[in-house]
Amino acid sequence: MSRNTVTAWLARAVADAEARGLPELKPLLETLARSTQALRDADEDFGHPAAQHGQPIVADRPAPPADATPPGANPEDDDHGAR
Amino acid sequence: MTTAPGSLREAAALIERRELSPVELTRMCLDRIAASNDDLHAFITVTTERALAEAARAEQAIAAGHYRGPLHGIPVSVKDLVDVAGTPTTSGSRVPARTPQYDAPVVAQLVRAGAVIVGKTNLHEFAFGTTGDETAFGAVRNPYDRSRSAGGSSAGAAVALVEGMCYASVGTDTGGSIRIPAAACGITGLKPTSGEISTDAVVPLSASLDHVGPMARTVEDTALMFQAMLDGAPRLDRVPAVAAAPLWLGVPSPYFFDKLDDEVARLFAVTRAALERAGHSISDVSIGHAEHTADVYLHLVLPEAAWYHAPLLDRHADKYSPGVRVRLEMGRYVLAEDYLRAQHARAVLRRAVDKALEGLDALLLPALAIGAPPLGAATITIGTAQEPVRAMMLRLTQLFNITGHPAIALPCGRGGDGLPRAVQLVGHRGSTERLLAVAAAVERQIIGGEGSVGGGTG
Repeated sequence: MSRNTVTAWLARAVADAEARGLPELKPLLETLARSTQALRDADEDFGHPAAQHGQPIVADRPAPPADATPPGANPEDDDHGAR
Repeated sequence: MTTAPGSLREAAALIERRELSPVELTRMCLDRIAASNDDLHAFITVTTERALAEAARAEQAIAAGHYRGPLHGIPVSVKDLVDVAGTPTTSGSRVPARTPQYDAPVVAQLVRAGAVIVGKTNLHEFAFGTTGDETAFGAVRNPYDRSRSAGGSSAGAAVALVEGMCYASVGTDTGGSIRIPAAACGITGLKPTSGEISTDAVVPLSASLDHVGPMARTVEDTALMFQAMLDGAPRLDRVPAVAAAPLWLGVPSPYFFDKLDDEVARLFAVTRAALERAGHSISDVSIGHAEHTADVYLHLVLPEAAWYHAPLLDRHADKYSPGVRVRLEMGRYVLAEDYLRAQHARAVLRRAVDKALEGLDALLLPALAIGAPPLGAATITIGTAQEPVRAMMLRLTQLFNITGHPAIALPCGRGGDGLPRAVQLVGHRGSTERLLAVAAAVERQIIGGEGSVGGGTG
């Protein structure tokens, strides 16, 4: 699903909420949609790993940080021995 | 004794010297609960029988020379999201409670330390709110102004401390739920490093953001309670010594100072100036990507909360408060792609906070951007703009749930409206005790000493 589909997602979500008898969800889903769009728009800012595809190889590209956490990994595993 | 001790530390000293009976102290707390709980709604369940039995056991043990330490015989409260054996865990909801057979591990550690459990405190339903007014057990009222919120979600815990109903409280913090009520009620609240205190047998809101931590009247009391919750063996000689000057503190900007009420800004400036006069070094630092905090938080907390509540929503939807129900339902619509996007951003934010802390003892910032809002308010005026109360309440705390850094809120005075305001200190991950030492030094500067804020009343 591309970043351009937040609008389509919102339409489906609102229709589903109304079908479930929850029309009061609509304004919250609209707020969530704005937040989702903002998060997706920040992909480049957060260094989304897919951004490297299609880029020329740069000899002096810095190594990834040693403690980089891949998406979906349990963030609590990275607790620096705090347990 | 007719006057209740002012702090856990003071009560513990009296108990150790056998100048105060744990039974007498527990009765004082139970009397305070009986006197004002109908008005303030701090407690959901008062465990009178258990408390008096534990207090009597403590008294006998101490008389026999078996003093266990500073929590022995001390009345404490537990947020009603945490299991206490034989007592319903209501989560502040009309959704059917669970009644556990065993104490949660964090409660078991307190019992091991000799604490007396006086009851279960009120909260924003299922901890999914910051104002303590969406609860099946009556809106929690702020003792400084009963028309105001006590913060949340650990609202009853904070009120119980202000009102002398207990000497320390167990709270939970998913986006600020310990630090926000601490700030709104003028007490101290610590969110430890992520994972440091067990969340087992605690009803989850968002498993990867949830923290369990202590609330108390002073930093020293908070440190003692933290030790007890951690391993059941608090000792005065384990309390971190007050950090020596100069402290190296960083004030993160911009974002954190973009939307503050005037009294928060004024009292923060007064506190900063007092710390600088005392010789501490305070510099401005930046936290990269902080402006995305709310978006990242939302895409973590919503689906994680929806996961736990999905079966309950299907069976008991009509029993939730309307506002909590719709927030939980919203989480069912977050796409997995966006949840993972937020997890990736979380790792970046964690490194950004680590970087901001390099070379510093702690970050220093306000804990709550506003004073306690009116009960039931949906928006609040900041300057000329109307801002959502929920967003304003979470604005300065939720980043450190995302990143797992330890953070503590402590009072820095009262505004012209008579309501408390608070500063927040954020430490290095895995160094919660060092953060407590820094907080003790900052507290000392706020309460008294050369160039201090002065009596904590700003």
